[in-house]
Amino acid sequence: MSVSGVPRHWRSQRERYRLLGTYCENCGTSFFPRRKICPKCRRKGRTREVEFSGRGRVFSYTVIHVGSKTFDEYAPYVIGLIELQEGPRVLSQIVDCKPEDVHIGMEVEVCFRKLFEQEDGGIISYGFKFRPVDDSWVEYYGKLLAEKKARTAQT
Amino acid sequence: MRGTGGFSKRGDHGLKREVAIVAVGATRFGEHWSKGLKDLAWEAGVQAVEEAGISGKDIQYIVFGNMSGGMFEGQEHVGALVADFLGLNPVPATRVEAACASGGVAFFQGYLAVASGMYDLVAVGGVEKMTDVEPGQATEILSAAMDYEWEAYFGATFPGVYALMATRYMHDYGLKPETLAKVAVKNHYHGSMNPLAHFRNRMTVEDVLSSPIVAHPLRRNDCCPVSDGAACVLLAPLDEAHKYTDTPIIVKGVAQASDTLSLLERRDICTLNATVQAAEKAFAMAKLARRDVDLVEVHDCFTIAEILALEDLGFCAKGEAFKLYEEGETYVGGRLPVNTDGGLKAGGHAVGATGVKQLVEIVKQLRGEAEGGRQVDEAEIGLAHNVGGSGATAVVTILSRR
Amino acid sequence: MRVGIVGYGAYVPRLRIRVEEIARVWGHDANSYREGLGIEEKSVPSLDEDTATIAVEAARNAMRRAREVKPSEVGALFVGSESHPYVVKPTAATVAEALGLTPSLTAADTEFACKAATTAIQACLGMVKAGYIRYGISIGADTAQGAPRDALEYTAAAGGAAYVIGAGEGVIAEVEATYSYTQDVPDFWRRDGDSYPRHAGRFTGEPAYFEHVINCTRILLEKTGTTPRDYDYVVFHQPNSKFPLKAARELGFEDKKLHPGLLVNRLGNTYSGSSLLGLAAVLDVASPGERILLTSYGSGAGSDSFSIRVTAAIDSKRKLAPPVIYYLDKREYIDYSTYARYRRLFKER
Ligand SMILES: [Zn+2]
Repeated sequence: MSVSGVPRHWRSQRERYRLLGTYCENCGTSFFPRRKICPKCRRKGRTREVEFSGRGRVFSYTVIHVGSKTFDEYAPYVIGLIELQEGPRVLSQIVDCKPEDVHIGMEVEVCFRKLFEQEDGGIISYGFKFRPVDDSWVEYYGKLLAEKKARTAQT
Repeated sequence: MRGTGGFSKRGDHGLKREVAIVAVGATRFGEHWSKGLKDLAWEAGVQAVEEAGISGKDIQYIVFGNMSGGMFEGQEHVGALVADFLGLNPVPATRVEAACASGGVAFFQGYLAVASGMYDLVAVGGVEKMTDVEPGQATEILSAAMDYEWEAYFGATFPGVYALMATRYMHDYGLKPETLAKVAVKNHYHGSMNPLAHFRNRMTVEDVLSSPIVAHPLRRNDCCPVSDGAACVLLAPLDEAHKYTDTPIIVKGVAQASDTLSLLERRDICTLNATVQAAEKAFAMAKLARRDVDLVEVHDCFTIAEILALEDLGFCAKGEAFKLYEEGETYVGGRLPVNTDGGLKAGGHAVGATGVKQLVEIVKQLRGEAEGGRQVDEAEIGLAHNVGGSGATAVVTILSRR
Repeated sequence: MRVGIVGYGAYVPRLRIRVEEIARVWGHDANSYREGLGIEEKSVPSLDEDTATIAVEAARNAMRRAREVKPSEVGALFVGSESHPYVVKPTAATVAEALGLTPSLTAADTEFACKAATTAIQACLGMVKAGYIRYGISIGADTAQGAPRDALEYTAAAGGAAYVIGAGEGVIAEVEATYSYTQDVPDFWRRDGDSYPRHAGRFTGEPAYFEHVINCTRILLEKTGTTPRDYDYVVFHQPNSKFPLKAARELGFEDKKLHPGLLVNRLGNTYSGSSLLGLAAVLDVASPGERILLTSYGSGAGSDSFSIRVTAAIDSKRKLAPPVIYYLDKREYIDYSTYARYRRLFKER
């Protein structure tokens, strides 16, 4: 990614950091990447910036074993085409899982990761990636409470 | 309102005259360590000029495809560069860029230049010098043909984007890797008969399935190579074609269409809509049906791309094309011979030259000059299909012997 | 005015390496490290994780719990770390941008070995109390460095915790008092341009860790007129399992008050995240009315002590984000060669 300079990285930084897109209040459609105009409503559209929930499902995926120069260090890595809850699709890496566990329809959620580092002490690019949804943490609170009760009972 | 991409209001598309290919030339595709971009362009150009029995000075306009002289060679402004090297100054020379469809797009432009009546002899070429950079660098340069900001930036590669199509296609239509491998096996078989092919070895399904994974589910032998090469065709008005050749090949239809650069905004990633659109227009212009076509050259940058192409061109319904491979119908001698020169997979892929190289093969076939046992019997009509990036540009050209 | 924590969040990368695996590579006796340091395994960042990404994940969890806080109401954000991705260019600005807090806030990276973030909590408390800001965020996060083969390699871990500081009804844990204790002690350092810190071996014990942790805690107890009996939990900086245990015993805290916040045996030493992840684990289980004593330690050297009282607001907010134990359980073991690859120990040129 050495072809582009610092301003180019910076220009779309907010959208990469926060998964921002466009929402049209006239027709209720969400877009990613952002658009200046709603292609359905044209002049009647009322578009505004929207931060997506970050939840979605894998529409398709691949496991890259031979990366481009910038990304080869990370290989093998999973690239997913992810359909967000709000409708639009994003292309992003899927991390925190084994490549063989990824499948079409898998639920994923957004996380914040390093995308790549420019060579020779250049800037670091951060942005969204996705990981499998794991809501199992919700059940921990019941366990923690029960353990605490048991401890208090002992003493 | 979306642009219709239609033709002019006149029923004959506003064109003044019919156009024919009167001569062709092509280098071998492969690793040309001792030849640079100019050398390759020269080699293909001279062949065509000699075949037509003309002097280079007879050429009135040069238009050729080159994807990225700038990134592969650090050299832009290659239009004038090539014209000068061929000793053709001050002939106007234009380099066009549409990623891997650069050659096809150049042909479309050259066609318009002759059909419009502006020029009577036009050289259409394509050239790419790719092996001067390391493979990792080449992967990065080719990824510039995708959406940089929202695909390449996140680590997507070119094989990766086609792999996304393949994964979904397999899921939706039940294509198996063994069947996909047959695309490469067939193309290597054809390539083995083509002296200009990058690879001339035959290959088995097992060879494909045991090659290393590049981007799951695509393996190395599902992917075309990175090649150096050039190709050239000369165009003239049909009614003047006899001055150059006894076997002019007529351009019956040619159309170009565009689509999103990224996969993100395509609802159906198993269809290349630009191919669908270009094919509809080219067939309408040629006033021909799919069944009239005797052979096709399709853009098989990856095995899955060949399957998608046959469907998007209208030869098969969606989800059906791979069945032709189970039955061996795409070999020379089959119901629909596909990529008789080995395609991109075995024939090689010098990105900017590929669209023109496909036309060279069709011309040879229609003239009955295809060597090595790959000649399709009584081939009268051939179709070439050239794609840029992951389908943002497609050019479909239909050529006929009569 | 009740001032304190209105939201907290933790994050630990999911890769782990076991003490045995590191010892195997260097021919060390694993048991002596396991027992000497009281550590079984440590967390390791993936190639695509660093202090900034860990800080964002922890801070997003903290903001989930601080649900009443609007991004525009956050007036300050600090990231305390000794592994900021850039020497010059603030991690805090990246984190603020990723949380959507920009541009109307102050932000900075802080550094005081492992106590950089507790000091930043004090800064936030002060600004909130003074009315300069409505809410402030302090994050302690590190991808801790330890040179290969050094004793530190067994413990240097990755993780972080974030705290949203504010006032009013939303406070889930009130900071009743804070006190700091600082002296110039060269027990551990990293010179500019060096990749790994150096340390003065056993010197880091008595005159450094214990001198500061024990005195800082003792003086806070005196100033607040409290005794260890008044606290339900105690959390110390935890470079290993032994140091905090020894300090707790010397101060008169029962072992059981230390255990809920003692994570080092399964986590390693997350440097700036260490004591704050311990506090987060305590907040995961603490009941309204319970009291927590927190003392950080940063080499060089200093400690910050906090007397914290949990409020009734904790019950509704706690469950809005994952507990620390979830992150400790969610793990995948790697071998040393993978570890070396992820920590970029191999020289390619
Ligand atoms: Zn709309």
